[in-house]
Amino acid sequence: MTILSLKNIEKNFGAIQALTGVSFDINEAETVGLMGDNGAGKSTLLKIIAGNFKPSSGEIVFENNEVDFEKPIDARKSGIEVVYQDLALCNHLTAASNVFLGREIQKGVWPFKYLDYPAMFKKSAELFEELKSETRPKDLVMQMSGGQRQAVAIARTRLTDPKLVLMDEPTAAISVRQVAEVLDLIKRLKDQGIAVLLISHRMPDIFEVCEKLVVLRRGEKVCEKKIKDSSTEEATGLITGAIDRI
Amino acid sequence: MSSNKFNQEIISKTEKTFFQKLVSEQSFWVSIALLGICFMMFFVEDAFSSKDNLFNITRNFSFIGIMAIGMTFVIITAGIDLSVGSIMGVTGVICGLFLDAQYLPEWYSKAAYFEGIYVWVAIFLALLAGVIVGAVNGYLIAYLKLSPFVVTLGMMAIARSLALVVSNNKMFYEFGPKDEMFYEIGGGSIFGVANATWLLIILTIVMGLVLKFTSYGRHVYAVGSNKKAAELSGINTRWIEMSVYMISGLFAAISAVMIVGWMGSVTNALGYTYELRVIAATVIGGANLMGGVGGTFGAFIGAALMETIRNSLLMAGIDPYWQGTFLGLFIVGAVWLEKVKNKKN
Repeated sequence: MTILSLKNIEKNFGAIQALTGVSFDINEAETVGLMGDNGAGKSTLLKIIAGNFKPSSGEIVFENNEVDFEKPIDARKSGIEVVYQDLALCNHLTAASNVFLGREIQKGVWPFKYLDYPAMFKKSAELFEELKSETRPKDLVMQMSGGQRQAVAIARTRLTDPKLVLMDEPTAAISVRQVAEVLDLIKRLKDQGIAVLLISHRMPDIFEVCEKLVVLRRGEKVCEKKIKDSSTEEATGLITGAIDRI
Repeated sequence: MSSNKFNQEIISKTEKTFFQKLVSEQSFWVSIALLGICFMMFFVEDAFSSKDNLFNITRNFSFIGIMAIGMTFVIITAGIDLSVGSIMGVTGVICGLFLDAQYLPEWYSKAAYFEGIYVWVAIFLALLAGVIVGAVNGYLIAYLKLSPFVVTLGMMAIARSLALVVSNNKMFYEFGPKDEMFYEIGGGSIFGVANATWLLIILTIVMGLVLKFTSYGRHVYAVGSNKKAAELSGINTRWIEMSVYMISGLFAAISAVMIVGWMGSVTNALGYTYELRVIAATVIGGANLMGGVGGTFGAFIGAALMETIRNSLLMAGIDPYWQGTFLGLFIVGAVWLEKVKNKKN
């Protein structure tokens, strides 16, 4: 079943045409890899789906409803969670506080509402366990490795029951061993029936976890096909322009 | 069941033990230094540990400490409030004006002097003025995105000049028929501890709980730690940023009301250069000017350390002209210590 469908998305920033007529679908529990060179429009597209930007024209249909997000929080409310490239974590707060940032569990009656730390520690420990990560809820994010930070950012998306998780370069800037960890985290999301749109520069990552490949070049979609029918050589050709389009 | 046990184990584990956490807190070391100085002075100078001197020290640092709690909120969001001294001046003058019958219309005095309502009206207006000045600071910083340094520097000049305008360069010292009540609020004591000190203790605890146990408190840290992340999490970062300046203004006004009650008079020079001492107390107590770090206990203990050192130097017979030098050295020293600590991390 189709969960997200993009129809003729266009976006221009003044004279710069960032996206031209991009359309594709994402199915339930499907992992889609979005590739392209720098400036191809990947991040712009992600930000449009996440509600950071509005498209200049085109239609976004999410769960059979046409949506028009004003702010990222609107997208989140309808079930689209985002893991940002810089992870958007607060270094000085604990893992649990970061997971619950803006959605804290509270007890008591206003104005005497206070945070329910035990409940938040418990829930975040459960989420980390579900992701098979060794992240500890009470540790400060400042002291964590790249893989653990990813786990915190991904655990945060699991707080609600998202239908779609957007990930922007989750494996950039971390060590090889941690990359494997993060790819495992993505597979866990898939196991739980969550669709993932994965932006990555790293071809092996896309080919390991994704089912579908979408390639953008200069704001246009040049390829949409099953990963099993494609190859890294073909993808490279499409990204660089050696192969025009498929 | 096993999974439950696993969770409990993971939750109880942290990177640092309680002791390690304690020694990594700057306020812990400042407390040790404070105890060390008190210990030393106890043997060197008999007058230091006299009841009167200890009472004076605690009362004196309370006024700075109360303002430092408000400043802590601002500094946690990576801001700065240079206008607290001037806010203290203008709110103190407003308080004095509404206590002093000769400057008020007769109908107001007649009505309000009954049962001393006017005392509460004056206090309320002073606090309200503090919140309003803070709100102006906060609006310019949070919504118009002006630099906190520049906005509060401007407000420092504006509020001081407003204190002059309101007071017309006069001193207020006639506080009406219920003046005793007003003096008692700021200058009185309970169980041998000054009221101002009690208030500081209460505010340290209450605001400390707000920081630790409310989502507002968490959001204040989040804004200082990573504003963009806070915004993406759906936190109203602008309101958080504006509100901390309102808190800072309110606390400067609270301190002003207390100090006017204690001194029994007020001029437009009230709180002059206090911003320096307040910022010093906050930073010495461990608040990080880069944002994301700080606490109310640090503000308390930072203010206490500064006043104790000032008092000790006086008792040791060192020329008071040197005090500014020590104050400056402490500010720079605290920031340098922070840098060294961050490098280690």
